[in-house]
Amino acid sequence: MHLARIRPWRTRGRAARRRIVAGAVAVAALLGAGVASVAVAVDDAPAAVHRTNAFMTMPETPGSKQTVRIDTSFFTPAGGGRHPAILLAHGFGGSKDDMTGQATTLARDGYAVLTWSARGFGRSTGAIGLDAPDREVADVERLVDWLGHRSDVVQDGPDDPRVGVTGASYGGAISLLAAGYDKRIDAIAPQITWWNLPQALFPQNAQGEPADSGVFKKLWAGIFFTTGSTGTPSGSSPALPGTGGAPGGGTGGAGPASGTGSGSGSSGTASGTGSGTASGAGSNGPRAASTGRAAGRTGGSGKTAGGQAAAAPAPGGCRFTAALCAVYRQAAVTGRADPAAIALLERSSPSSVGSRIKVPTLIVQGQNDSLFPLDQADAMARTIASNGAPVSVDWSSGGHDGGDQETARVDGRVQTWFDTYLKHERVNTGPAFRVTRSGGVDTTTGEAVQRGATADRYPGLNGTSQVTVRLSGGPQTVRNPAGGSPPSVSGVPGLGALSQLSSLGQSLSLDFPGQFAAFDSAPLTKPLTVTGAPRVRVRVSSDAADGDAVLFAKVYDVGPDGSQTLPHQLVAPLRVTGAGSGGRTVTVTLPVVDHEFAAGHRMRLVLSATDLGYSSPSAPADYRVAAAGSALTVPTVPTLRTAGATTAAWVWVLPLVALAVAAALLLTGRRRRTADAGGTTAPGPDAAGSGGTDSDGTDPGGADLTGAGPQGRRGHSPRERPAGDSPAADNPASGSPAGRNAPDESVPLEISGLSKRYRGSQDRYAVRELSFRVERGQVLGLLGPNGAGKTTTMRMLMGLITPDAGGITVFGQPISAGAPVLSRVGAFVEGAGFLPHLTGRANLDLYWRATGRPAADAQVEQALEIADLGEALDRAVRTYSQGMRQRLAIAQAMLGLPDLLILDEPTNGLDPPQIREMRSVIGRYAAGGRTVIVSSHLLSEVEQSCTHLVVMDKGRLMAAGPVDEIIGGSDALFVGAPGATAPQLERVAAELAELPGVSGAEPAEDGLVVRLDGLGVPGLLAELLRLDVPVERVGRHQRLEDAFLTLIGGQA
Amino acid sequence: MSEQGDGTPGAGLPGTGATAVRGGTAHAGDAAGAAGYHARRTLPLRVEAVRQLRRRRTLVAFAVVVALPIVVWAAFAIGGRPRDRGDVPTLVDVATSSGLNFALAVVFVSSGFLLTLPVALFFGDTVASEAGWSSLRYLLAAPVPRARLLVSKAVVAFVFSALAVLALPAVALAVGTAAYGWGGLDLPTGGSLPAGSAAARFAVIVVYVFVSQLAVAGLAFWLSTVTDAPLGAVGGAVGAAILSNILDAITALGPVRQVLPTHWQFAWADLLQPGAEWSGMLKGTSVAVSFAIVFLALAFRRFRTKDIVS
Repeated sequence: MHLARIRPWRTRGRAARRRIVAGAVAVAALLGAGVASVAVAVDDAPAAVHRTNAFMTMPETPGSKQTVRIDTSFFTPAGGGRHPAILLAHGFGGSKDDMTGQATTLARDGYAVLTWSARGFGRSTGAIGLDAPDREVADVERLVDWLGHRSDVVQDGPDDPRVGVTGASYGGAISLLAAGYDKRIDAIAPQITWWNLPQALFPQNAQGEPADSGVFKKLWAGIFFTTGSTGTPSGSSPALPGTGGAPGGGTGGAGPASGTGSGSGSSGTASGTGSGTASGAGSNGPRAASTGRAAGRTGGSGKTAGGQAAAAPAPGGCRFTAALCAVYRQAAVTGRADPAAIALLERSSPSSVGSRIKVPTLIVQGQNDSLFPLDQADAMARTIASNGAPVSVDWSSGGHDGGDQETARVDGRVQTWFDTYLKHERVNTGPAFRVTRSGGVDTTTGEAVQRGATADRYPGLNGTSQVTVRLSGGPQTVRNPAGGSPPSVSGVPGLGALSQLSSLGQSLSLDFPGQFAAFDSAPLTKPLTVTGAPRVRVRVSSDAADGDAVLFAKVYDVGPDGSQTLPHQLVAPLRVTGAGSGGRTVTVTLPVVDHEFAAGHRMRLVLSATDLGYSSPSAPADYRVAAAGSALTVPTVPTLRTAGATTAAWVWVLPLVALAVAAALLLTGRRRRTADAGGTTAPGPDAAGSGGTDSDGTDPGGADLTGAGPQGRRGHSPRERPAGDSPAADNPASGSPAGRNAPDESVPLEISGLSKRYRGSQDRYAVRELSFRVERGQVLGLLGPNGAGKTTTMRMLMGLITPDAGGITVFGQPISAGAPVLSRVGAFVEGAGFLPHLTGRANLDLYWRATGRPAADAQVEQALEIADLGEALDRAVRTYSQGMRQRLAIAQAMLGLPDLLILDEPTNGLDPPQIREMRSVIGRYAAGGRTVIVSSHLLSEVEQSCTHLVVMDKGRLMAAGPVDEIIGGSDALFVGAPGATAPQLERVAAELAELPGVSGAEPAEDGLVVRLDGLGVPGLLAELLRLDVPVERVGRHQRLEDAFLTLIGGQA
Repeated sequence: MSEQGDGTPGAGLPGTGATAVRGGTAHAGDAAGAAGYHARRTLPLRVEAVRQLRRRRTLVAFAVVVALPIVVWAAFAIGGRPRDRGDVPTLVDVATSSGLNFALAVVFVSSGFLLTLPVALFFGDTVASEAGWSSLRYLLAAPVPRARLLVSKAVVAFVFSALAVLALPAVALAVGTAAYGWGGLDLPTGGSLPAGSAAARFAVIVVYVFVSQLAVAGLAFWLSTVTDAPLGAVGGAVGAAILSNILDAITALGPVRQVLPTHWQFAWADLLQPGAEWSGMLKGTSVAVSFAIVFLALAFRRFRTKDIVS
């Protein structure tokens, strides 16, 4: 939809300064030989590109005294040397600034690039001559002259620079024309442009009709000409965004932000409006945004320059040359081209010099282009190829109607073309024929998915083979409405992006009943891809006064449900002359498309009397239309190979990276048994040998429950060893308990050197250097106050937490997470853990099934007996009381009658009869040769059910041994003296503690606790009497709390 | 019995290899284990499925996905057919054209967020709720090897999620076909597809909708191993999905958005045009699977050494 191509905007900035400099250059230019330049360093380009701005003064026409000033920029790679030159021409309504991005890119890649604003655009003066040979083309010849004198441009001969020309639309035509008029041009790459302007503006698709019988393309032509006119509010033009950039506009102040396109392939119509630069329908998001930024700046510069150019317009507000303005007015009124008009337009057509274009030509033409359709490119390609020059044809997805302009790809291909023919590099110039096929829309990005289909040879519009498709439908009457209104709608210039919808199966096309004839094919049995221009012979008769019939032919794609779409919204106008009496049969060339008609779809030929975009007779008339021969000749190119959709590389790379990351995650991060568990960083609470009476360190602090009582070991308790010693150093066996004693399967549990600190409490051990051993048949009580480390020890025993140091073996097997030997351990630790939504029975059942062991081994009945839940067993666990859960959990621990049963506070929440029952259960269980470990903080509890005891405090082992030894073997005596006052007791305790044979004495409630170490009871009594203590009784101290006091040093 | 034990060392269990040799006592099953114990027989999928299936939230999740199509149908029945509002038609506008159209409309309205919920629920809840109930420690002490526990739970969560995500379109298709008849698919952009190929595409769409949720699934599963609060894991995953949606709406992020887990969640709409496009769904699958792999690895890495203190 835009005559001016969008160019990326990469090297901008300091526009104002440059403008001032440019003004000075202009003055200098007038003084000099017509050509002058001043170097302006552009220092904001990433790679150094040298840019020179200059106005060049040129005669208005050769020999004329009038001059025009052409605004140019010359980009050269930094670093000197000679480079091939490229002339970059801008599109209609644009200026040289549109080309800055591409120019910079090319210069960076080793080209000397000259951009210029054509006459009447940008800051160049003069009237628009529509690429007239004596005006715009002559200007280009002078630019080539100028390049021919440059020492930084490769010269093929005297005054013969090596130069290529490229540009889109207006710039494309100048490329072709320049190559026709100037032999020094070496390669061209015209894009979306015209070959024959009369045919483009007055198309005639009925073969064999007179040249001046074409149908006026009024909407496009109107847009074309009015945007070159002064006073046209540029923002009002839907089709040519950015036309405000034409100097006369001066309305560029619409604001820099106006240019942000939606970025979803929608029309970018709004993007350039009122600003200075061309923008594109369907340009992708980032692109549209950058264009928008550019638009603001250009809009500003347009205003500045507006005064200069506004001087030029021809009378009547038309900024074209007077002759062109006259042609337009005449055609707009009559809808016909007179021979003079055709002659004038021919002069601006490359076709007029077709036989002289003999340079390698890359032709890029848009499939969404109702202004310069693909048949223009076809004529171009055939003519130039017949001259013997290399030609490649590229049907891009863009065009003046919009769609994805594929700017990056096209720019890349153009550069490759010049690399080959200007730099003579051996690079692949790409296929001789390429079609961009839109697969569909990526709904996430909103972009059409493009695929390239290529062939080694350009097939032309008749394809490499033809398929005949039968059409049905008898002769039909088509009424041309008076005034040509309402018109059928095929494409609307400027809303061309909507033609994208045709690839989505949507169509905006509109035909009015009675005003068109339709001929349908049968549903296609297999897909049919049309590549080229289908043809059909129709018989047309007209009752119009002049005997003419103007019709608009199009081929719809009709889906099985009857919905019809018009491929690329293209229509072929035709005027059948002399169809008055009886009519005539003509061959109609239908629009050139590349379109797949799916299997099951039908092709529908429609001939409509009107079309919105074209001028049709205003006198009402009836046409009689019949499809002569009833067949559509459809060109196909079976050799076109569609490349598979290119999948972004990251689609495959990302999962591989993820796999690598996953592997790295799994291979690292295994927790190592930290060697510093002994606390190099964190000395124990009793650091620095405060009580360090024993430093031989050979005793691991362990305890064998079978033997020695605790007395002799107390002094060796690990905390009294010098802190900082690594337990591993102290005790070679601590890391591998099995190393000290060969794995002994008969030992249900052996713990050695066990240490654990929780994360976040670096200076506090939950368990520290714990060692003890349990023999078969024992009921071990694990005794200690809250926080003593009992539960942590049990969790390590179950493999739930990993010790920092030390080890646990169960039946000779070291314990780690999920160690199989745990299947011989039943545990109830820290409360029940059931699925609350399931019944007690289901919980037990599923738990046992989760162990994967045979159902028969579960001994469920015995376990249920212990649980004693009765009917509650079939209720959901969430309804249970705490005691019920407790019993169910103990029952679960006993499932399968494990060899080692661990019960943590088993009597919590039980009532006294249940407690008693539980004790007997535990006793019976162990009696069978199994081993039970019961933890509690109540000595009275363990006293009654256990055979052995391990006493812990603050993570350390305090004592271990048979219950009787620990309790009965206590060296503590309780001296009951209720009559004594507290100060007296304290004083007495202090004095007693000083005595030889007494290791300690503390005041207690109603008395004293005294620990003897050699002194007998009689001796103690004597001392007490001596100290006037009112002794009532003296006895073994057996209460739990006091035993604790004793064991843990009286500090609890 | 004994030959059973010979061939089954504690496969894959760290630390058991060295102790596999046993003599004397005749314990069948894994070396050193109790009779009949085999690590690889623990927590069979069927058991885990039963454990999860009877949960109320499982049943509620399934009830919601089954009920939604009926609710939508009722809405159409009461409110009348969707009216063309003149702008770009949506799937909902053509929902009553056929059973397939109805099913697609239901998938469309639910795939953005609703279907994320059961997936996040099944994956996020599975380990964390066991931790919350304290049953996790008994499973691990049974002992169910940690990797095996995660595998069982992940597979069951996967199956449940898949069933939930598949149930919704299946029910919608049944309801829609009953209400509007079996027929071709009217495309929102115009045109239509014959019933046969539309049904095939619908199947692909349903699978893709599930696959695109895998990133959330992976995140939820990982969070489930990190926290003991099931709601934290589920909510965290859903929150991440919401955050991803918000970030995805910020176009200024540019190409970064392409690797957001939710960026491609509607890429299945690429199939709702005459010429199906696959690149978007490929990208979405790539992103989702990649996230899932990494999160799964994080879950295993986290869980294998985690101190179970719940």
